[in-house]
Amino acid sequence: MSARDLFTFRNPHFTRGVGITAAILIVTAIVGFIVLPFAQPWVQFANVWDAICSAAGVPQRLAGVAAPEQAKRLSEVVLTSHTLSRPSQEAIGRGATLAQRCAICHGPTGLSRADSPNLAGQYAAVIYKELHDFRSGARTNAVMSPFAVNLTDQEIADLSDYYAFLPRLPAYHPTPQLPKPSIVIYGAPMRGIAPCGSCHGSLDNKTGSPWLEGQSEAYLKAQLQAFASGERRNDISQQMRNIARAMTPQEIEQAAAYYASQPPDIVKAVD
Amino acid sequence: MLVNRKLILAHFWFAFAVFGVALTLGAWQMFIRSPIGTWLSNPELYYRSLTAHGTVMGYVFPTLVAMGFGYAISESALEQRLVGVRWAWAGFWLIVGGSIMAVIPIALGRASVLYTFYPPLIGNLFYYLGVVLVVVGSWIWVALMSINLRVWRKAHPGAPVPLAMFANVAGSYLWAWTAVGAALELLLQIIPVAAGLKATIDAGLARVFFSWTLHAIVYFWLMPTYIAYYTIVPRAIGGRVYSDNMARIAFILFLVVAMPIGMHHTFADPQVGAGFKFVHSAFTALVTLPTFLTVFTICASVEIAARLRGGRGMFGWIRVLPWDNPMMLALAFSFVMLGFGGAGGLINMSYQLDASIHNTQWITGHFHLIFGGAIVIMYFAIAYDLWPHLTGRELNDLRLIRTQLWLWFIGMIVTTFPWHWVGILGMPRRMAYFDFGDPAIAPQALSVTFSAIGGFILLASGILFLVILARGMRAPQAEAGSYRFAVAVHQSATVPVALNTHALWVALMIALTITNYGYPILTLATTEGTSVPAVYVGAQ
Ligand code: HEC
Ligand code: HEC
Ligand code: HEM
Ligand SMILES: [Cu+2]
Repeated sequence: MSARDLFTFRNPHFTRGVGITAAILIVTAIVGFIVLPFAQPWVQFANVWDAICSAAGVPQRLAGVAAPEQAKRLSEVVLTSHTLSRPSQEAIGRGATLAQRCAICHGPTGLSRADSPNLAGQYAAVIYKELHDFRSGARTNAVMSPFAVNLTDQEIADLSDYYAFLPRLPAYHPTPQLPKPSIVIYGAPMRGIAPCGSCHGSLDNKTGSPWLEGQSEAYLKAQLQAFASGERRNDISQQMRNIARAMTPQEIEQAAAYYASQPPDIVKAVD
Repeated sequence: MLVNRKLILAHFWFAFAVFGVALTLGAWQMFIRSPIGTWLSNPELYYRSLTAHGTVMGYVFPTLVAMGFGYAISESALEQRLVGVRWAWAGFWLIVGGSIMAVIPIALGRASVLYTFYPPLIGNLFYYLGVVLVVVGSWIWVALMSINLRVWRKAHPGAPVPLAMFANVAGSYLWAWTAVGAALELLLQIIPVAAGLKATIDAGLARVFFSWTLHAIVYFWLMPTYIAYYTIVPRAIGGRVYSDNMARIAFILFLVVAMPIGMHHTFADPQVGAGFKFVHSAFTALVTLPTFLTVFTICASVEIAARLRGGRGMFGWIRVLPWDNPMMLALAFSFVMLGFGGAGGLINMSYQLDASIHNTQWITGHFHLIFGGAIVIMYFAIAYDLWPHLTGRELNDLRLIRTQLWLWFIGMIVTTFPWHWVGILGMPRRMAYFDFGDPAIAPQALSVTFSAIGGFILLASGILFLVILARGMRAPQAEAGSYRFAVAVHQSATVPVALNTHALWVALMIALTITNYGYPILTLATTEGTSVPAVYVGAQ
């Protein structure tokens, strides 16, 4: 009972076992790689080799198809785990100096008295991304864009570190805390809307989603409407446009009013 | 000859204890996302529970059952003390340590990635390391099974290896090779990212690696069940195995055709070529061969038992079967569930039909029926059969045992039939919340409610199972005699080399893995620009 008796063509089990297995493999390969590709009338192959390559999934570049022209700029921000890791005191200091220009609108403590967004304690990745988008034109706003166009990469990183470093303070829009509307708790599964908090920080934070608690109601509403109409389109893969488009006008109102009434300290901390 | 009873009992008890916990989580999941539960407002808690449930039910519980049963087979079928007992304990403690290490980050919400890992989602490093420890612990068992068989062969040159041990070792080899896919995924792709050494991951390649494991792991779960069909049931009901060689052929066929077919789990994935999907689909169809062989052989074996009891007629013999014997009952239930589950499986493996049920609740309904039902009910039967031999005490409340089996069977049908149905209607799987107030899915509320009730029946049955085993530890002592396996009608003195050794079939299994997986893995690994940024769970 040695390997010599087993692995030899004199052993009928060996011959049959290997033979049948190989035969099945060859037949299925011929069907899968040659017969079936040609059986699809809507695909044209130059030759058999072409069909085999296609069925094997060989990566191919389609010739003669140009990438569709983008009417408007899209976000090009790339964030890796190293981009904003461990801010230094100097970076935060530089950010603080730069932020003096921003204080007229975003407030000296990062808290806006008007309807500009609050920035104090916002996730660094969000500030970083939005400033890049304002600079590249992926997100535009007549008031804000001019302040971003001349920022360097380093300045953007420093500003992000600075604002993320500031403590989250109660906002200037004190309204009684409203109960959670259903669109915020449940989202709307049948319309593909996840609960807002699963990206925006109260349940979980998906990188690049700002926390919203305490922002002005007018600002939140305007952003949701801008996403819905396609006027704002810097969200990667239409994450937010898909949601806003599927929301009803009442839901937009409810969500904006709810978030404006919340204190920002319920937001998940950054690790 | 069962010498290392403590070792085997430790495996079974840890397996059944974690099973009890995971079962409770399962019942809770089913309840909380049904119309009778009120929504928690936090999907994260649901996914923690789902990750724990899947990890325990998929990796820890069946592995420990296969290991404990494997040690019992090795000692009693070979009539030889287990060689390497210390190693066996080391493997056990690795699994205990690994399970604890994996469950802590899950409980803290740091690893809600589900048991299939779902890259580019990345959770806490210790979750993956825990899973790796579980696998390493089980590989010790694989090595021990092989060594014990080798020692026995030395002492019995040329003698036929007892069927139970032949099948057990086949199962262990299948597992050893199957686990390599997920091990490669974890070690080469996921763990470097979780440890912070890399920030991107090739999710497509990771899915292909995982599919290598995902299909054959199912057959690893199935092995103890099949071994029980062939070597315990006929003995327990007073019959004989219809054909010993047929049984061996079934087990080696599982080695050859169960392994290289996992890409039927990637039918919807764009990164795999359609030709490979077809080849895998065709090989999947071949799994029906050993399955039908088994159904035929076992039915014939059962008929032999009936005829020996005086059964007559074309179907009349079915009436005289020992229906009050828990083993008979378990087998019948298992076959019914295997029949329905297998029919559903034919739909899943068909490239085109799969598209209509892909990622729907049909899939979860399907594997609960076949795994939680057909397979696990035989785990219960194995435990009942072995218990008196392990504890030296009697386990004789047959009524309670029958009630437990009935409850499991009824619970599984009530849970999974409506579960399949809502899947056909398009309800997606792995969702934490369903708004049954929405007219689009309101009609499914009733079906999901039934499933939730079924879940509680299953939970009751699971608790009863644990109670029966625990009471068995305190029952009056009784000598159970030596543990025996069924014998064949014609027990021949010699068996052809190919059916007495595994080498040829292991070689074919590896060769087919290379032909069926080699090219897709190589191209995906060498193509530039296929990695995506990792998405970290519970972190910014
Ligand atoms: C003249 C007022 C003004 C000044 C000065 C200003 N901003 Fe803004 N900023 C705005 C307004 C208004 C918006 C909201 C734009 C919109 O509605 O799309 C905004 C938006 C932003 C956002 C996006 C916030 C979010 O949650 O999406 C960031 C980040 C930001 N500003 C940073 C800065 C920084 C840094 C500076 C200083 C370099 C600055 N801003 C200067 C008015 C201003
Ligand atoms: C899938 C994740 C996700 C979900 C769910 C989600 N959002 Fe967003 N949301 C984003 C991302 C990402 C952005 C930032 C887009 C950008 O500028 O890149 C955003 C931006 C926003 C903004 C603009 C904030 C600002 O300061 O620029 C508002 C307002 C908003 N979301 C509201 C909501 C509401 C209300 C819900 C629930 C109905 C919701 N979102 C659900 C991902 C999500
Ligand atoms: C009380 C009985 C049980 C109930 C009610 C139950 C319920 C559930 C539910 C609701 C899911 C999630 C389905 C989804 O993806 O939406 C699930 C997943 C799962 N269950 Fe169970 N289950 C039970 C028993 C079992 C048993 C006995 C096993 C196997 C031994 C098992 C194995 C699994 C596995 C592997 C998953 C996949 C997890 C994932 O998708 O990540 N379950 N179960
Ligand atoms: Cu499979």
